[in-house]
Amino acid sequence: MVSVFIRRELALLARQKADWLNPLLFFIIVLTLFPLGVGPEPNQLRIMAPGIVWIAALLSVLLASERLFRDDYRNGVIEQLVANRQALMPFVLAKIVTNWLSTGLPLVVISPVVAMLLGVEPAAFVAMMLTLLIGTPLLSILSVLGAAITMAADKGGILLALLILPLYIPLLIFASAAIEAAGMGLPYNGQLAILVAMLLLAFALVPLAIASALRINVS
Amino acid sequence: MFKWLHPLAKPEILYHFCGRLLPWLMGSAVLTLLFGNIWGLAFSPPDYQQFDTVRIIYIHVPSALLSMATYTIMAIAAFTALVWQIKVVQWAVLAIAPIGAVFTAIALLTGMAWGKPMWGTWWEWDARLTSELILLFLYLGVIALAGAFSDRQTGTKVACLLALVGFVNVPIIHFSVEWWNTLHQGASITKFDKPSVHPSMLWPLLISLLGFYLLMLALFCVRLRTAILQNEQHRPWVKSALGGQ
Repeated sequence: MVSVFIRRELALLARQKADWLNPLLFFIIVLTLFPLGVGPEPNQLRIMAPGIVWIAALLSVLLASERLFRDDYRNGVIEQLVANRQALMPFVLAKIVTNWLSTGLPLVVISPVVAMLLGVEPAAFVAMMLTLLIGTPLLSILSVLGAAITMAADKGGILLALLILPLYIPLLIFASAAIEAAGMGLPYNGQLAILVAMLLLAFALVPLAIASALRINVS
Repeated sequence: MFKWLHPLAKPEILYHFCGRLLPWLMGSAVLTLLFGNIWGLAFSPPDYQQFDTVRIIYIHVPSALLSMATYTIMAIAAFTALVWQIKVVQWAVLAIAPIGAVFTAIALLTGMAWGKPMWGTWWEWDARLTSELILLFLYLGVIALAGAFSDRQTGTKVACLLALVGFVNVPIIHFSVEWWNTLHQGASITKFDKPSVHPSMLWPLLISLLGFYLLMLALFCVRLRTAILQNEQHRPWVKSALGGQ
C-alpha cells in the first residue's frame, strides 16, 4: 500500500514542480548570500562551509514542508484516510519517503557543486556528503511531523519554523561536528553513528506521532 | 492507586482537591524558600575561589533542575492526556508550561550573571547552555501552538503532542556535560554517594531546591484551578463554587 501512495505523491510532485524546485533554488540562493554577507575570503568560507551548508539545508527543507498536508487537508483526503484506519500509516510513510526524494535527495546531489563553490577540502567533503545522506531523511521525518502538527493552525507557516527548528538542533550539532572533525583529519565515525542512531529512533517513533497529529487535526 | 486517582479526573473534584492542597504547598514553599535562601545567601561560607559569587548557586541550580523536572512532568502529563484522553490532564499540560518556561528563563539569566564574573563572558555556545536555550524555545513553542488554533480543543491536544516529542531534549541537557567536554561543570549534587559540594553549602542548596519544588507545585495548583474554571465556566458547579456570582 505504501507504493500506491508513493506513486500518487510522485505524480502530484511531477505536476506541481514549484513544490520541489523552489526549495532547491532557495538552497542555492541562501548559499550565494553567505559569501556576499560575510565576505569572499576563501579561508573563512572554508571554515564556515559545513555550518552554512547545513543551515541552508534546514531552511530549504522547512520551506518545502509548509505545504505538505495543506492541499490534502483542504480537499478532504486526510479525513478519508483517518476514517479508514489502515491507510493512515502507509500514507504517512509515503509522505516521508517522497518528501525526502523531492527535497533531501536533490540537496545531496548538488552538494558536490556547493562544496566546490565554498572551497571545502576533499576529506571534509566526503563527510559532508555522508552527513547530508544520513541527516536529510531525519530532516524530512521531522518536517513532516511539523507539517502534520500545524496542518489546521491559523498561522501555520511561521509557527512551523518555531516548532521544528529546535528539534533540528541536535542533528545540526552532530553533523557539523562530523564535518569539522573530518576537516582536521580526525576520525568521525562516532558522530556518524550517532546520526544514524537518531535517524533510526526517529523513524521508529515519529511516524506514530505524525499519524496521531493527523487524527487530532481532523477530529 | 488508580482507585484513588480516578475521581480526580473529574474537574470539579480536582478543583476542590487543588484548593485544599494549595495553602499547605504555598505555606511550606514560602517557609523553605525563606529558610534555604537566607541560609544560603547570608550565612553559608563563601567559596575559596569564587568568594561571594558562589551564592548564585542557591537560585541557579534549583531553577535549572526545576526547568527539566517541570518538562518531565509536562511530558508525562502529555502522554497521559493523549493515551487516556483525560480533559483535565490536557489542561494541566498547558497550565504547567509557562511555569517551566519561567524557571528556564531564570536558570539562563542567573547562569549568565554567574558566567560573567567566572568565565568572563555572558554567553558561551556551550552544549548545556545551548540545550537549555532550546528547552526555552520548546516551552514557548508549546504555549504558542496551543494558541494558534481556532478550535481550543485541537490546539490543546496538538500542544500535548509537541510536549511529548520535545522530551528528547531533556536527556540531552542532562548528559550534555558528560557527552561534550565543555565549559559548564559536570553534575556535583546529584551524585549522592560522594557529593563534591561541602555540606555547609549542600544543605542550604538542597533546602532551596525543595522550596523551588514546592513553589512549582503550588503555582501549578493555582494555574490548574484557573484553567478548570475557564474551561468549565458554563457548568453549574462553577457558579456554586464561586459563591453564585
